[in-house]
Amino acid sequence: MFEVGLFVLLLVSGYLFGRLAERRHFRSLVAREREANALPAIAARRPPVDRAYAQHLVGGNVVISSDYFKSFMAGLINIFGGSVTPFESLIDRARREALLRMKARAKRLGAAYVFNVKFETTRIAVGRVGAMEVLAYGTALVPRVDVAVGTSEEGGAPTGSGSGADVATALSGALAADSPEARTPAARTPAARTPEARTPEARTPEARTPASGAQAVTPT
Amino acid sequence: MLVSNLEFLPDRTVLRHIGLVQGSSVRSKHVGRDIAASLKNIFGGELRGYTELLHDSREEATERMLEQARQLGANAVLNVRYSTSSIAAGASEIFVYGTAVELGD
Repeated sequence: MFEVGLFVLLLVSGYLFGRLAERRHFRSLVAREREANALPAIAARRPPVDRAYAQHLVGGNVVISSDYFKSFMAGLINIFGGSVTPFESLIDRARREALLRMKARAKRLGAAYVFNVKFETTRIAVGRVGAMEVLAYGTALVPRVDVAVGTSEEGGAPTGSGSGADVATALSGALAADSPEARTPAARTPAARTPEARTPEARTPEARTPASGAQAVTPT
Repeated sequence: MLVSNLEFLPDRTVLRHIGLVQGSSVRSKHVGRDIAASLKNIFGGELRGYTELLHDSREEATERMLEQARQLGANAVLNVRYSTSSIAAGASEIFVYGTAVELGD
Protein backbone atom coordinates (compact mmCIF):
# COMPACT_ATOMS: atom_id res chain seq x y z
CA MET A 1 0.00 0.00 0.00
CA PHE A 2 2.81 2.36 0.96
CA GLU A 3 4.57 1.70 -2.33
CA VAL A 4 1.50 2.54 -4.36
CA GLY A 5 1.06 5.73 -2.35
CA LEU A 6 4.66 6.74 -2.95
CA PHE A 7 4.35 6.01 -6.66
CA VAL A 8 1.23 8.15 -6.97
CA LEU A 9 2.85 10.93 -4.94
CA LEU A 10 5.94 10.90 -7.17
CA LEU A 11 3.82 10.85 -10.29
CA VAL A 12 1.64 13.75 -9.16
CA SER A 13 4.51 15.87 -7.89
CA GLY A 14 6.50 15.11 -11.03
CA TYR A 15 3.57 16.20 -13.15
CA LEU A 16 2.85 19.38 -11.21
CA PHE A 17 6.42 20.60 -10.70
CA GLY A 18 7.52 19.42 -14.10
CA ARG A 19 4.74 21.30 -15.87
CA LEU A 20 5.31 24.40 -13.80
CA ALA A 21 9.02 24.36 -14.58
CA GLU A 22 8.39 23.71 -18.26
CA ARG A 23 5.93 26.56 -18.64
CA ARG A 24 8.23 28.95 -16.85
CA HIS A 25 11.16 27.85 -18.97
CA PHE A 26 9.28 28.28 -22.24
CA ARG A 27 8.19 31.77 -21.23
CA SER A 28 11.74 32.72 -20.37
CA LEU A 29 13.04 31.17 -23.61
CA VAL A 30 10.63 33.17 -25.76
CA ALA A 31 11.52 36.41 -24.00
CA ARG A 32 15.28 35.86 -24.26
CA GLU A 33 15.09 34.64 -27.84
CA ARG A 34 13.40 37.85 -28.88
CA GLU A 35 16.32 39.75 -27.42
CA ALA A 36 18.94 37.38 -28.85
CA ASN A 37 17.58 37.68 -32.39
CA ALA A 38 19.75 40.76 -32.83
CA LEU A 39 22.75 38.42 -32.89
CA PRO A 40 22.16 35.90 -35.67
CA ALA A 41 23.49 32.36 -35.31
CA ILE A 42 24.21 30.96 -38.76
CA ALA A 43 24.99 27.43 -39.82
CA ALA A 44 26.99 28.56 -42.87
CA ARG A 45 30.67 27.67 -43.01
CA ARG A 46 31.87 30.69 -44.97
CA PRO A 47 32.40 33.84 -42.97
CA PRO A 48 31.42 37.16 -44.56
CA VAL A 49 34.23 39.01 -46.30
CA ASP A 50 32.84 42.53 -46.10
CA ARG A 51 35.24 43.54 -43.33
CA ALA A 52 37.80 42.13 -40.94
CA TYR A 53 36.57 39.94 -38.11
CA ALA A 54 38.29 38.38 -35.17
CA GLN A 55 37.20 34.80 -34.59
CA HIS A 56 36.47 33.28 -31.21
CA LEU A 57 35.14 29.84 -30.44
CA VAL A 58 32.06 30.12 -28.23
CA GLY A 59 29.73 27.53 -26.81
CA GLY A 60 26.89 26.97 -24.42
CA ASN A 61 25.84 23.79 -22.71
CA VAL A 62 23.01 22.57 -20.56
CA VAL A 63 22.30 19.32 -18.78
CA ILE A 64 18.60 18.73 -18.45
CA SER A 65 16.80 16.03 -16.55
CA SER A 66 13.46 14.46 -17.19
CA ASP A 67 10.85 14.42 -14.41
CA TYR A 68 9.15 11.37 -12.96
CA PHE A 69 5.92 11.90 -14.87
CA LYS A 70 7.65 12.35 -18.22
CA SER A 71 9.71 9.24 -17.67
CA PHE A 72 6.63 7.25 -16.75
CA MET A 73 4.74 8.49 -19.83
CA ALA A 74 7.72 7.71 -22.03
CA GLY A 75 7.70 4.19 -20.63
CA LEU A 76 4.01 3.84 -21.50
CA ILE A 77 4.49 5.19 -25.03
CA ASN A 78 7.37 2.77 -25.43
CA ILE A 79 4.95 -0.14 -25.20
CA PHE A 80 2.76 1.01 -28.08
CA GLY A 81 5.28 3.02 -30.05
CA GLY A 82 4.76 6.48 -31.51
CA SER A 83 6.26 9.88 -30.95
CA VAL A 84 7.45 10.45 -27.41
CA THR A 85 6.07 13.95 -26.98
CA PRO A 86 7.14 14.38 -23.33
CA PHE A 87 10.78 14.06 -24.38
CA GLU A 88 10.36 16.14 -27.51
CA SER A 89 9.50 19.23 -25.54
CA LEU A 90 12.33 18.48 -23.11
CA ILE A 91 15.01 18.31 -25.77
CA ASP A 92 13.57 21.35 -27.54
CA ARG A 93 14.01 23.31 -24.33
CA ALA A 94 17.56 22.07 -23.91
CA ARG A 95 18.59 22.99 -27.47
CA ARG A 96 17.14 26.46 -27.26
CA GLU A 97 18.71 27.05 -23.87
CA ALA A 98 22.13 25.92 -25.09
CA LEU A 99 21.87 28.20 -28.12
CA LEU A 100 20.93 31.16 -25.94
CA ARG A 101 23.89 30.55 -23.64
CA MET A 102 26.20 30.39 -26.61
CA LYS A 103 24.78 33.66 -27.91
CA ALA A 104 25.18 35.27 -24.49
CA ARG A 105 28.90 34.45 -24.52
CA ALA A 106 29.24 35.75 -28.06
CA LYS A 107 27.44 38.94 -27.12
CA ARG A 108 29.85 39.54 -24.26
CA LEU A 109 32.68 39.49 -26.81
CA GLY A 110 30.85 42.04 -28.94
CA ALA A 111 30.18 39.62 -31.80
CA ALA A 112 28.14 40.56 -34.84
CA TYR A 113 27.20 36.94 -35.54
CA VAL A 114 28.04 33.35 -34.75
CA PHE A 115 28.96 31.19 -37.72
CA ASN A 116 29.11 27.44 -38.28
CA VAL A 117 26.85 26.61 -35.37
CA LYS A 118 26.84 22.95 -34.42
CA PHE A 119 24.74 21.04 -31.94
CA GLU A 120 25.72 18.02 -29.98
CA THR A 121 23.49 15.87 -27.83
CA THR A 122 24.64 13.19 -25.43
CA ARG A 123 22.75 11.06 -22.99
CA ILE A 124 24.42 11.00 -19.62
CA ALA A 125 23.33 8.50 -17.03
CA VAL A 126 22.22 9.95 -13.71
CA GLY A 127 20.69 7.39 -11.42
CA ARG A 128 17.89 5.42 -13.00
CA VAL A 129 16.18 7.85 -15.32
CA GLY A 130 19.00 9.69 -17.00
CA ALA A 131 19.63 13.14 -18.28
CA MET A 132 20.99 14.64 -21.45
CA GLU A 133 23.46 17.26 -22.33
CA VAL A 134 23.14 19.61 -25.26
CA LEU A 135 26.10 21.61 -26.45
CA ALA A 136 25.84 24.37 -29.05
CA TYR A 137 29.04 25.85 -30.39
CA GLY A 138 30.20 28.07 -33.16
CA THR A 139 32.60 30.80 -34.15
CA ALA A 140 31.79 34.29 -32.94
CA LEU A 141 32.79 36.94 -35.46
CA VAL A 142 33.79 40.15 -33.76
CA PRO A 143 34.23 43.17 -36.05
CA ARG A 144 37.78 44.42 -35.75
CA VAL A 145 37.96 48.13 -35.15
CA ASP A 146 41.71 48.29 -35.70
CA VAL A 147 41.39 47.35 -39.36
CA ALA A 148 39.56 49.95 -41.39
CA VAL A 149 37.86 48.39 -44.38
CA GLY A 150 36.61 51.26 -46.48
CA THR A 151 33.35 50.35 -48.13
CA SER A 152 31.34 52.98 -49.94
CA GLU A 153 28.46 52.79 -47.45
CA GLU A 154 30.68 53.20 -44.47
CA GLY A 155 32.89 55.85 -45.95
CA GLY A 156 35.97 54.08 -44.67
CA ALA A 157 35.18 54.81 -41.06
CA PRO A 158 35.67 51.86 -38.78
CA THR A 159 32.60 51.20 -36.70
CA GLY A 160 32.26 49.23 -33.53
CA SER A 161 30.15 46.13 -33.12
CA GLY A 162 27.53 45.88 -35.82
CA SER A 163 24.48 48.08 -35.78
CA GLY A 164 21.26 46.70 -37.20
CA ALA A 165 21.74 47.88 -40.77
CA ASP A 166 25.39 46.94 -40.63
CA VAL A 167 24.58 43.40 -39.66
CA ALA A 168 21.92 43.15 -42.35
CA THR A 169 24.29 44.15 -45.17
CA ALA A 170 27.05 41.87 -43.98
CA LEU A 171 24.61 39.03 -43.50
CA SER A 172 23.18 39.30 -46.99
CA GLY A 173 26.74 39.33 -48.29
CA ALA A 174 27.58 36.20 -46.33
CA LEU A 175 24.50 34.35 -47.46
CA ALA A 176 25.01 35.47 -51.02
CA ALA A 177 28.50 34.04 -50.92
CA ASP A 178 27.09 30.67 -50.01
CA SER A 179 24.35 30.36 -52.59
CA PRO A 180 25.59 29.05 -55.95
CA GLU A 181 23.67 31.51 -58.15
CA ALA A 182 25.27 34.39 -56.28
CA ARG A 183 28.73 33.31 -57.38
CA THR A 184 28.37 35.17 -60.67
CA PRO A 185 30.32 38.40 -60.68
CA ALA A 186 27.20 40.50 -61.22
CA ALA A 187 25.60 39.36 -57.99
CA ARG A 188 28.58 40.26 -55.90
CA THR A 189 28.52 43.54 -54.10
CA PRO A 190 31.31 45.49 -55.72
CA ALA A 191 32.13 47.50 -52.62
CA ALA A 192 32.89 44.50 -50.49
CA ARG A 193 34.66 42.37 -53.08
CA THR A 194 36.96 44.58 -55.10
CA PRO A 195 40.54 44.83 -53.93
CA GLU A 196 40.29 48.63 -53.82
CA ALA A 197 37.63 48.34 -51.13
CA ARG A 198 40.26 47.35 -48.65
CA THR A 199 42.51 50.16 -47.71
CA PRO A 200 46.20 49.47 -48.27
CA GLU A 201 47.00 50.28 -44.64
CA ALA A 202 44.72 47.50 -43.55
CA ARG A 203 46.93 44.99 -45.31
CA THR A 204 50.13 45.93 -43.57
CA PRO A 205 51.07 43.96 -40.50
CA GLU A 206 51.29 47.07 -38.30
CA ALA A 207 47.59 47.74 -38.72
CA ARG A 208 46.79 44.40 -37.21
CA THR A 209 47.19 43.49 -33.64
CA PRO A 210 49.30 40.43 -32.94
CA ALA A 211 47.23 37.27 -33.25
CA SER A 212 48.17 35.92 -29.88
CA GLY A 213 47.31 39.07 -27.99
CA ALA A 214 44.14 40.27 -29.65
CA GLN A 215 42.42 36.97 -30.10
CA ALA A 216 42.22 35.49 -26.69
CA VAL A 217 41.20 31.89 -26.44
CA THR A 218 37.65 31.50 -25.27
CA PRO A 219 36.86 27.88 -24.62
CA THR A 220 33.26 26.97 -24.19
CA MET B 1 46.25 31.31 -30.05
CA LEU B 2 43.28 31.58 -32.37
CA VAL B 3 40.64 28.89 -32.03
CA SER B 4 37.81 28.67 -34.53
CA ASN B 5 35.49 26.10 -36.00
CA LEU B 6 35.55 27.77 -39.40
CA GLU B 7 37.87 26.29 -41.98
CA PHE B 8 39.62 29.43 -43.06
CA LEU B 9 40.01 33.09 -42.29
CA PRO B 10 39.21 35.45 -45.14
CA ASP B 11 41.85 38.00 -44.22
CA ARG B 12 44.74 35.76 -43.14
CA THR B 13 46.82 33.23 -44.99
CA VAL B 14 47.81 29.82 -43.76
CA LEU B 15 51.59 29.44 -44.03
CA ARG B 16 51.80 25.86 -42.91
CA HIS B 17 49.42 23.03 -42.08
CA ILE B 18 50.77 21.26 -39.04
CA GLY B 19 48.12 18.58 -38.66
CA LEU B 20 45.51 17.25 -36.33
CA VAL B 21 45.73 18.17 -32.67
CA GLN B 22 43.47 16.78 -29.99
CA GLY B 23 42.66 16.90 -26.33
CA SER B 24 40.38 14.85 -24.16
CA SER B 25 39.21 14.70 -20.60
CA VAL B 26 37.23 12.07 -18.74
CA ARG B 27 35.33 13.14 -15.66
CA SER B 28 32.89 11.65 -13.28
CA LYS B 29 30.81 13.42 -10.70
CA HIS B 30 30.98 12.92 -6.98
CA VAL B 31 28.34 11.26 -4.85
CA GLY B 32 26.85 14.46 -3.45
CA ARG B 33 26.06 15.72 -6.90
CA ASP B 34 24.60 12.38 -7.84
CA ILE B 35 22.18 12.42 -4.93
CA ALA B 36 21.02 15.92 -5.77
CA ALA B 37 20.64 14.87 -9.38
CA SER B 38 18.51 11.85 -8.56
CA LEU B 39 16.17 14.15 -6.62
CA LYS B 40 16.00 16.38 -9.68
CA ASN B 41 14.98 13.37 -11.69
CA ILE B 42 11.63 13.42 -9.90
CA PHE B 43 10.83 17.07 -10.46
CA GLY B 44 12.76 17.65 -13.66
CA GLY B 45 14.82 20.67 -14.61
CA GLU B 46 18.40 21.58 -15.18
CA LEU B 47 21.20 19.76 -13.38
CA ARG B 48 23.46 22.74 -12.81
CA GLY B 49 26.20 20.72 -11.18
CA TYR B 50 26.53 18.63 -14.31
CA THR B 51 26.35 21.61 -16.62
CA GLU B 52 29.32 23.12 -14.79
CA LEU B 53 31.16 19.82 -14.64
CA LEU B 54 30.93 19.28 -18.37
CA HIS B 55 31.79 22.90 -19.05
CA ASP B 56 34.96 22.62 -16.94
CA SER B 57 35.79 19.31 -18.52
CA ARG B 58 35.46 20.84 -21.97
CA GLU B 59 37.72 23.71 -20.99
CA GLU B 60 40.33 21.27 -19.80
CA ALA B 61 40.16 19.25 -23.01
CA THR B 62 40.49 22.44 -25.07
CA GLU B 63 43.48 23.53 -23.00
CA ARG B 64 45.17 20.17 -23.64
CA MET B 65 44.56 20.49 -27.35
CA LEU B 66 46.03 24.01 -27.34
CA GLU B 67 49.04 22.80 -25.38
CA GLN B 68 49.74 20.24 -28.09
CA ALA B 69 49.27 22.88 -30.79
CA ARG B 70 51.70 25.20 -29.02
CA GLN B 71 54.34 22.49 -28.78
CA LEU B 72 54.07 21.94 -32.52
CA GLY B 73 54.61 25.64 -33.18
CA ALA B 74 51.08 26.48 -34.30
CA ASN B 75 49.49 29.84 -33.70
CA ALA B 76 45.94 28.83 -34.56
CA VAL B 77 43.66 25.81 -34.47
CA LEU B 78 40.96 25.76 -37.13
CA ASN B 79 37.92 23.60 -37.78
CA VAL B 80 37.57 22.61 -34.14
CA ARG B 81 35.00 19.91 -33.30
CA TYR B 82 33.68 18.70 -29.98
CA SER B 83 32.49 15.23 -29.24
CA THR B 84 31.00 13.81 -26.05
CA SER B 85 30.38 10.24 -25.06
CA SER B 86 29.48 8.49 -21.86
CA ILE B 87 32.06 5.75 -21.67
CA ALA B 88 30.97 4.18 -18.38
CA ALA B 89 28.19 4.63 -15.87
CA GLY B 90 28.79 8.01 -14.28
CA ALA B 91 31.73 9.08 -16.42
CA SER B 92 31.74 11.01 -19.64
CA GLU B 93 34.51 11.77 -22.04
CA ILE B 94 34.92 15.09 -23.79
CA PHE B 95 37.02 15.00 -26.91
CA VAL B 96 38.06 18.01 -28.93
CA TYR B 97 40.11 18.07 -32.10
CA GLY B 98 41.09 20.46 -34.82
CA THR B 99 43.69 21.34 -37.42
CA ALA B 100 46.75 23.14 -36.14
CA VAL B 101 48.09 25.73 -38.58
CA GLU B 102 50.60 28.50 -38.71
CA LEU B 103 49.00 31.73 -39.83
CA GLY B 104 50.74 34.60 -41.53
CA ASP B 105 49.62 38.19 -41.32
